[in-house]
Amino acid sequence: MSLLELRDLRVTYRSERGDVPAVRGVSLTIERGQTVGLAGESGCGKSTIAGAVLRLLPKGTLVEGSILFDGEDVYEMTPGRLRAVRWSGAAIVFQGALHSLNPVRRVGSQIEEAIMLHSADLGLDRSQARRRVGELLEQVGLRADRARSYPHQMSGGQRQRVLIALALACEPDLLIADEPTTALDVMVQAQVLALLAELQADRGLALLFITHDLSVLNSVCERLMVMYAGRVVEEGPSRELFADPRHPYGRALSQAFPTIGDRASRMHPTGLPGDPPDPAALPSGCAFHPRCDVAIDECSALDVALRDVNAGHRAACVHVEPPNKRVTNKSVTS
Amino acid sequence: MSDVTSNPANEPVVDPAPGDHPPIAYSPRAAAWARRRASFAELARSVRSDRIAFGGLVVLVLFIVMAVAAPLISSRSGLSAVDSVGNSAWARPSWEFPMGTDHLGRSVAAQFVWGARVSLFVGFAATVLTVGIGSFVGIVAGFFGGWADSVMMRLTDWFLVIPFLPLAIVLATVLDRSLWNIVFVIGVTTWPATARLVRAQVLTVKQRLYVDRARALGASRTHIVGRHILPNVAPLILANVTLAVPISILTETTLAFLGLADPNQTSWGKTLEEAFGAGAISRNAWWYYLPAGLGIVAVVLAFTLFGRALEEILDPRLRKRSRGQR
Amino acid sequence: MSDLLRLRDVHVTFPGGSKSMVVRAVDGVDLAVAAGEVLALVGESGCGKTTLIRSILGLEPIASGSVEFDGEPVTGSRRALRDLRRRVQMIFQDPAGALNPRQTIYEAVAEGIRIHGVPGREVDLVADALSRAGLRPAERYMSRYPHEVSGGQRQRVLIAGAMVLQPQLLLADEPVASLDASIRGEILALMRSLVDDTGISIVAVTHDLGLAWNIADRIAVMYLGRIVEIGGAEEVLADPQHPYTKALLSVVPEADRMEQQILVGETPDPAAIPGGCRFHPRCPVVAAGEAERLGILDQCLGVDPALVDTAPDRAVACHLTVARGG
Repeated sequence: MSLLELRDLRVTYRSERGDVPAVRGVSLTIERGQTVGLAGESGCGKSTIAGAVLRLLPKGTLVEGSILFDGEDVYEMTPGRLRAVRWSGAAIVFQGALHSLNPVRRVGSQIEEAIMLHSADLGLDRSQARRRVGELLEQVGLRADRARSYPHQMSGGQRQRVLIALALACEPDLLIADEPTTALDVMVQAQVLALLAELQADRGLALLFITHDLSVLNSVCERLMVMYAGRVVEEGPSRELFADPRHPYGRALSQAFPTIGDRASRMHPTGLPGDPPDPAALPSGCAFHPRCDVAIDECSALDVALRDVNAGHRAACVHVEPPNKRVTNKSVTS
Repeated sequence: MSDVTSNPANEPVVDPAPGDHPPIAYSPRAAAWARRRASFAELARSVRSDRIAFGGLVVLVLFIVMAVAAPLISSRSGLSAVDSVGNSAWARPSWEFPMGTDHLGRSVAAQFVWGARVSLFVGFAATVLTVGIGSFVGIVAGFFGGWADSVMMRLTDWFLVIPFLPLAIVLATVLDRSLWNIVFVIGVTTWPATARLVRAQVLTVKQRLYVDRARALGASRTHIVGRHILPNVAPLILANVTLAVPISILTETTLAFLGLADPNQTSWGKTLEEAFGAGAISRNAWWYYLPAGLGIVAVVLAFTLFGRALEEILDPRLRKRSRGQR
Repeated sequence: MSDLLRLRDVHVTFPGGSKSMVVRAVDGVDLAVAAGEVLALVGESGCGKTTLIRSILGLEPIASGSVEFDGEPVTGSRRALRDLRRRVQMIFQDPAGALNPRQTIYEAVAEGIRIHGVPGREVDLVADALSRAGLRPAERYMSRYPHEVSGGQRQRVLIAGAMVLQPQLLLADEPVASLDASIRGEILALMRSLVDDTGISIVAVTHDLGLAWNIADRIAVMYLGRIVEIGGAEEVLADPQHPYTKALLSVVPEADRMEQQILVGETPDPAAIPGGCRFHPRCPVVAAGEAERLGILDQCLGVDPALVDTAPDRAVACHLTVARGG
């Protein structure tokens, strides 16, 4: 039984302007101890998925399809069971901006709060919880006495570590990291990524890593999924997907941050025209077609499902042919 | 402004070579006016839809119209004790005297209508003074900082610390008791609150990145204050105005009740003072003090409700959200 | 070829948290930028790169040192600064914050024209600038507000607002850091095309080494207020000489070929710069004992290395490089 399974998840936000489909049919599985990456840009629905797993979406949001955590449907859980699963089953690491932590409380007490909320399950009293806070901080590379600091007294990298410690407080089986290194310098990012890798190896944590930087995912995750306009447009083993992306958007994303030393990108920045689509006003057919350089007439009418490229690697593009019938991609613009 | 729903990613990229287009018929001034008209229309719509705000506005307009049209509604002679000798004193409301008469036989209705004039006038005039001084101090202190800020703020603190009523009483006693002096007293004692509010907003706006950009573009300080600081502080000042007026009215009422108002002018506060002094309460002559009292309550409430709703409507964050921000 | 911009021993300091501590944000920088070249100024948060470019425009006061633009020294006088701020323009990391939400895109671009009184028909100048920045047809964007367009488009508006003044130098502070990954390339391509079309020079501040690879002719690496390595972008990125540069390159996710050298600890505080070589507490060479073996440990701990030329157009501030003979 998979640890996390999303089956045809559809999430629609309700607003006074009408319904906004943020996620339009996403299926994914994460086994225990597996690392999966979710790549995409603003408006693609990746943060919505993170919130959906723990039922943290705003009231009134329409959620269809199913989210199974350890076999149980998250949206069928009783409030008591949901509370138990939140944080001790799966936990989220947010972006470490100043507003992710309560600015008027010491960081130690915030971690302690998380532990105490699950004190019954963990069997810890307050003094034991405090000791555990110290242990957690040390595990993430901070001194235990940092528990007495306020968030604004810490640097971005340190805050991110606190958020990781906070997420680990109740010993979850699944860690969802939503853009955890996006605002950080490259060296601090490396430190945080190394930390995540170490923790993941030590505890057998499953990891769902969400970001827009495909190359970061390549170094951290085993499997990768690329999202665009609420759908998964490509998925597969990260090395292969990164080396040979088959969806035009996957290609664009992998080229967005150049490989230093690669002559092709020297003085040749590549990007996509236009902007990521507004979920409230999606293009017809394949949502990517207005920005696609290999779009053909069908693309504005037809929405393609994920097709096999080869074992484990799938892409939702009309140009993808199965392995025994592979045809080279021709550029035919509409 | 209306085509916000068009998605740039969907729009076909019309791509003439740069420099290759026909002369553009875009007039920034015309566009600015069109925008102002549209903003105003939207504001009017918002006010109309918010029933509390609209109700407050209606009440205010009624009172203002009544005060302005006072000479048409009621004759000034109704206020004169000399002219009222023939009337019976303490008369209950009747057809001839809709609000009855006071202890001197004067028409209470006349006092109500003419009193509204003075109360509203003092309210508005004092507010202009308060907001004028307060905004100036706030902007200078906030924008220039340094010693200008220190000096202005110490001045503000000084005025804040002195208990208002004793100061107002002293000032009113030292100066002649005239209408303009009352306006002056109120204005001079209530500006500190506005100053602090405005200064805080100026400090916030000053730190915004677009002010940095204006500096990097070479803008002079005048340009920055005029084009960036003021437009972003103005809504706050406007909301403050609509809340300062009722405060000024209440203050005038207080001063008049304490006998510090112009003896030649009738105001609602004055009416209350006279009613109290003539023993209307022990006589149970409710028609004497109730109209003025209720009038004050109604106007103050109307201003407060309208002002609060206006503040919400003008809040740019709220405004952006209603436009369907991404 | 004479340089367009020359910085000599520039120091910028801020008063620190406590009275005695001074934050040495820029601690002695010599830099030259030629006409028509793109220089990437690379470093982590707190290294002083943003402060440095802000100080060029006078947005931060220079404590000591000199700035020379187009052969003329830049005095601090108001007129000199104003003139400089026409020929040197800046674009910012947060395009949404850098645009006044109450100004239309037209007004944002026209602001510079109005401040400096640029001759010509304003509408045409604005339309041309918007077109060249990739916003076509320009009319469609003129009456829009910043929040009605996307992040990439906002950055183009800022670029248009800067280019409309036809500057000789563009200072770009993290121009693509807050934009979506797929748009990054387009904006960088636009910047490169500006250089090719107009001969403008660009100093791009970033922590993204890939940006340097994408568009920069030269790269300067900053650490704690000093330039520690400078040279041609390809040379430095292919063969870094300073241990800090090497470490940075090793952890860039896109550069999979090197062994990662993850530095220990946080970037230290510019308020408490280590003595000797400011990098020595985190230097892998010191940590591995190699500095000791080569007999330069004393220097690393005690002597602040100067930027030394190791090749024509290549300089490094490191005792190790000098010890090894460059």
